[in-house]
Amino acid sequence: MATGVAAWLPFARAAAIGWMPVANCPMPVAPRDNSKRQDELIILNVSGRRFQTWRTTLDRYPDTLLGSSEKDFFYNEESKEYFFDRDPDAFRSILNFYRTGKLHYPRHECISAYDEELTFFGIIPEIIGDCCYEEYKDRKRENLERLQDDQEENKDQKLPNMNFRETMWRAFENPHTSTMALVFYYVTGFFIAISVITNVVETVPCGTTANQKDMPCGERYTVAFFCMDTACVMIFTVEYLMRLFAAPSRYRFMRSVMSIIDVVAILPYYIGLVMTNNEDVSGAFVTLRVFRVFRIFKFSRHSQGLRILGYTLKSCASELGFLLFSLTMAIIIFATVMFYAEKGSSSSKFTSIPASFWYTIVTMTTLGYGDMVPKTIAGKIFGSICSLSGVLVIALPVPVIVSNFSRIYHQNQRADKRRAQKKARLARIRISKSGSGNAFIQCKRNGLLNELLELTDTEEDEQKLLTKSISLLESQHHHLLHCLEKTTAHEFVDEQMYEQNCLETVLPNYPSRSPSISSQDSSAGTCCGRRGKRNSPLPNASLPSTHQGPLQELSAIHIQCGDPPFHTARDIYIFKINKKYLNII
Amino acid sequence: MLSAIWETEGLQTVGIVVLVFASIKLLHLLGLISFSEDSVEDELELSAVRHRPEGLEQLEAQTRFSRKELQILYRGFKNECPSGVVNEETFKDIYSQFFPQGDASTYAHFLFNAFDTDHNGSVSFEDFVMGLSILLRGTIQEKLNWAFNLYDINKDGYITKEEMLDIMKAIYDMMGKCTYPVLKEETPRQHVEVFFQKMDKNKDGVVTIDEFIDCCQNDENIMRSMHLFENVL
Repeated sequence: MATGVAAWLPFARAAAIGWMPVANCPMPVAPRDNSKRQDELIILNVSGRRFQTWRTTLDRYPDTLLGSSEKDFFYNEESKEYFFDRDPDAFRSILNFYRTGKLHYPRHECISAYDEELTFFGIIPEIIGDCCYEEYKDRKRENLERLQDDQEENKDQKLPNMNFRETMWRAFENPHTSTMALVFYYVTGFFIAISVITNVVETVPCGTTANQKDMPCGERYTVAFFCMDTACVMIFTVEYLMRLFAAPSRYRFMRSVMSIIDVVAILPYYIGLVMTNNEDVSGAFVTLRVFRVFRIFKFSRHSQGLRILGYTLKSCASELGFLLFSLTMAIIIFATVMFYAEKGSSSSKFTSIPASFWYTIVTMTTLGYGDMVPKTIAGKIFGSICSLSGVLVIALPVPVIVSNFSRIYHQNQRADKRRAQKKARLARIRISKSGSGNAFIQCKRNGLLNELLELTDTEEDEQKLLTKSISLLESQHHHLLHCLEKTTAHEFVDEQMYEQNCLETVLPNYPSRSPSISSQDSSAGTCCGRRGKRNSPLPNASLPSTHQGPLQELSAIHIQCGDPPFHTARDIYIFKINKKYLNII
Repeated sequence: MLSAIWETEGLQTVGIVVLVFASIKLLHLLGLISFSEDSVEDELELSAVRHRPEGLEQLEAQTRFSRKELQILYRGFKNECPSGVVNEETFKDIYSQFFPQGDASTYAHFLFNAFDTDHNGSVSFEDFVMGLSILLRGTIQEKLNWAFNLYDINKDGYITKEEMLDIMKAIYDMMGKCTYPVLKEETPRQHVEVFFQKMDKNKDGVVTIDEFIDCCQNDENIMRSMHLFENVL
């Protein structure tokens, strides 16, 4: 229902006169506006503060508390006003929603209090306008997380029925749960540190013996270092196997980043064990030792900050990539210019453009090693331009770039979040409105069922159950849609019926219908004429049953079946149209 | 010798680069090229449209609405468009909300042109209320005139088959996809044929205003439906 623009419904109905000369069928009767009451001011007393507004303003949204008859429960006879015992500050924004059609979230308001007000007045939060929706969602998420944190602290109590495996996993993930876990945590941390220090000290040249050369400690005390290495790798392997055993989902654990780091940390040792005797690959083996430095990344299990840093870098990757790209462009430009400028000078170090890259990078980052220096005048001019632009490009905006990155990063995150939220949000709004979107079709159904009951003379009670009271606005809107149907001689149907009809046209025509249809398509008959002629040979009530047969067969074939009563009612409807038309002729 | 040549060449490069930059700067100063695209937008920002309608008495005299009705109409109008005028986009938005199943933008475009009598690209409250006065309180002649004006897209006094086909397609677009019976490609065209058969008396391929009014006045259905919306306000 176009509730937001209810004020324009008279205009839309007046514009419907444009369809009249085109239509070939008579138009349906307009709904009568029985309650011709003047637009009156109604008073809403919210905890003592009086708000006044027109009745029609509130009627705009009939599925909320204030727009429907639910507010009659709050009517105060003596003072002739509606009294609500709620927060008047929050009520301001709710009343503004009726006035302007946009719901705003006041920032000073507590999120859960506001949510409660919205629920009380029957307004779904998804309608909050774009200007305030993000803030609302952020605050709501914060609130939820805060509540969750409180819950999680209670969750750490040991549950009685956890088996050994789950206890182990919990101990690994959260070292504060038990003393054993804490001990394990510190022991592994200690050994990681030992391992890293060993790797470093291995390469330091330690004391000269009678030999002429300084030897690195690794080669002097081979056995000691080897024992140390073995011990550390032993501990790491045991730890990895225990984690693997305790993990709830081993496959997922093996794919996680931390487990890959663990594996890479201990693999060189085992490869080294296997390949010690082969002289050819010993060079590669030495290179493999470089990977032992990955053990330092095992610290990220122990340090939250390291994890956050890694995550930030990963998410800033696109911005960093762009920075690198623009720097590369500048480097290439300046290197090319320097090369061609320095081409003339003899004994120039700028032998090729790639060779000039080194000069450009060193100059632009203001390092200035001095191993390559331009000698020509043009080269010096461009070299100074290069270093000045290097200062501007790199040194000065570094803080600006860093803050830009964080801003762009948050903006990107927000845009992605908004995009992801938007779909869910629209889906939710659509779901809550899908009732009203199909309201017209449902109304038709109810109207048909009513007529069906009239025809078959059932009791009054069942009839009353089916008639839903709809507002005047809705009935006028439905009348408008009905006029459009009459103009175009086609009816609105919902998706199910539409797909069924598509199937009907695909499947071979049933003999009871095909001759009449083909004869009609050729003539320029009117809409009613077509239906009338189709059904005129069988004017009695046996018509529905003959039509039910093929339709029921279809519904058996088609996976989604429509309601059986609907078929009957539709046929009754068609039948009644024919009756009316035959009466008119 | 060679180095001397290269040295001068290096200086020549410098000279050429300086010349190029200077000429670009000159063109920019002359306004022939612009570097930033924001400057164009700044000019448009100043012309924010704000419109106040004529007084209530004048509108009362010009239209057939009572004072109270004008008040109600204006409140609704101003609520939806605080600036006092409706442009085509807003108009299409508002009208599309009444027809959720189909695409009402084409028909809304034609409607907008019918309401925008002075063709200035926006519908003010006077245009709106004059149009409504004709539609709701006008004589049959005026209503038919208005409908003819709606169908005559280029306002030349004749409805051609192409114009009618456009209008018909726009109306059928509002139905959307899910209809019974299923909408076929040639349905609008057939409908146009029916219309022309009825309206075009001298079979010259166009419908003039007289043919239109004559034919509608002789058609009972149309006459009856013209009175349908009289109690809208």
